[in-house]
Amino acid sequence: MARFRCEVCDYVYDEDAGAPREGFPAGTPWSDVPDDWSCPDCGVREKIDFVPAGA
Amino acid sequence: MRDGSLSGNLSGRPAAGARPAWRDRKRYLWLLGTVVPLFLFAGWGLVNATGLGLFWWIGPMVVYVVIPLLDIVIGDDSSNAPEEALAWLENDRYYRWVTYLFLPCQFAALFLGFWLMTRNGGRPVVDQLGIATTLGMLNGIAINTAHELGHKKEHLERWFARIALAPCGYGHFFIEHNRGHHVRVATPDDPASSRLGESFWAFWPRTVVGSVRNGWQLERTRLRRMGQRTWTLRNDVLSAWAMTVVLWGVLIALFGIGITPYLVLQAVLAFSLLEAVNYLEHYGLRRQTLPNGRYERVTPRHSWNNNHLTTNLFLYHLQRHSDHHANPTRRYQSLRHFEESPQLPAGYAAMILLAYFPPLWRRVMDRRVISHYGGDVSLANLDPRRRERILGTYGAVQSGASAAPAA
Repeated sequence: MARFRCEVCDYVYDEDAGAPREGFPAGTPWSDVPDDWSCPDCGVREKIDFVPAGA
Repeated sequence: MRDGSLSGNLSGRPAAGARPAWRDRKRYLWLLGTVVPLFLFAGWGLVNATGLGLFWWIGPMVVYVVIPLLDIVIGDDSSNAPEEALAWLENDRYYRWVTYLFLPCQFAALFLGFWLMTRNGGRPVVDQLGIATTLGMLNGIAINTAHELGHKKEHLERWFARIALAPCGYGHFFIEHNRGHHVRVATPDDPASSRLGESFWAFWPRTVVGSVRNGWQLERTRLRRMGQRTWTLRNDVLSAWAMTVVLWGVLIALFGIGITPYLVLQAVLAFSLLEAVNYLEHYGLRRQTLPNGRYERVTPRHSWNNNHLTTNLFLYHLQRHSDHHANPTRRYQSLRHFEESPQLPAGYAAMILLAYFPPLWRRVMDRRVISHYGGDVSLANLDPRRRERILGTYGAVQSGASAAPAA
């Protein structure tokens, strides 16, 4: 499954792990994360600014 | 833009970094910020030594008189740690302990304050007001410590942030600030970014109410995604407020119901001090809207900065605000000064005083905002109620000015 990284703070959204505290259980695909969801660590970038981080 | 240089080399999980030859001149001076709450102990000592109740007011004396004077006397420090030292600096745990140790000092002062207020049948009202005002200043400065801690990725530090916010009941700040203010900073959508022409007194209710509303909505959205109710202690806003209820309950149980007005007073003074700082951090600055409808990225041009050393030491480099907004998880000791960031004419402490007097504030600041936008006032974040008047007064200069938005 895919991973996506915030370029500002290096937070990584991993589809395998999801982000349960944010309301995205393990296995939630990136496409189900809303576009206006902002990085939970830095808040500077939103989903559409994340870059693929490789598997 | 200089985005590459902003991201730097330490934004995420920096390599530990070897100890550099460079020495941090400010290393031990940061402890000044840690011991701020102990000023109440100093005030107590001065009252005993001189017999003057005036020294119960040591909090406002320090914030509004001593620090602005020291800023003038000691002046600027715009030095940055060398690039190769940043990773080491960020990872040196000493700097974390400087912020952690603030908390025991803060709570010692809180309990001391109410004990001094009420022992032996209670002090005269004017002294009680002085102690409560001093506590308000200390707990207001504590919001700055909470701010530093609340931005960090470590769970423990985020807990410490909430504890530091408990005395003033502003626990929702830690949610709203990180997930609301930082996302919408320097846009008309942000209640915590002040607008050109907006006085501090008009900003105050807008930011106080807007912060509560935003913090609540952010948590409600998050909990709904998790399929949970809003009214639960998993709601970080509610759990933070619950901490305040417990803390205030303990204080009232120990020192009597009579302290309630003073608890409320110190809380209002504390968060008002924070909101005064919020007021000056982004006054009139606006991120332009891009053709795709999104706001341009946050750049150093969207925060007011200052390099006065004294205020920077007491506020953990908060005045290096541009780097903070570019890299919110970066620790205070590594925040950098950027030449392209707009500079305030004085330190935050002196500028807060100015903000209380709107005509003076506007005389000093409005022309700085306009010159920041190369004379084109229409690029600034304008108070909608004064928009026509401001445009009429300063005119919308043709663009081509230096303030064209960066993509």
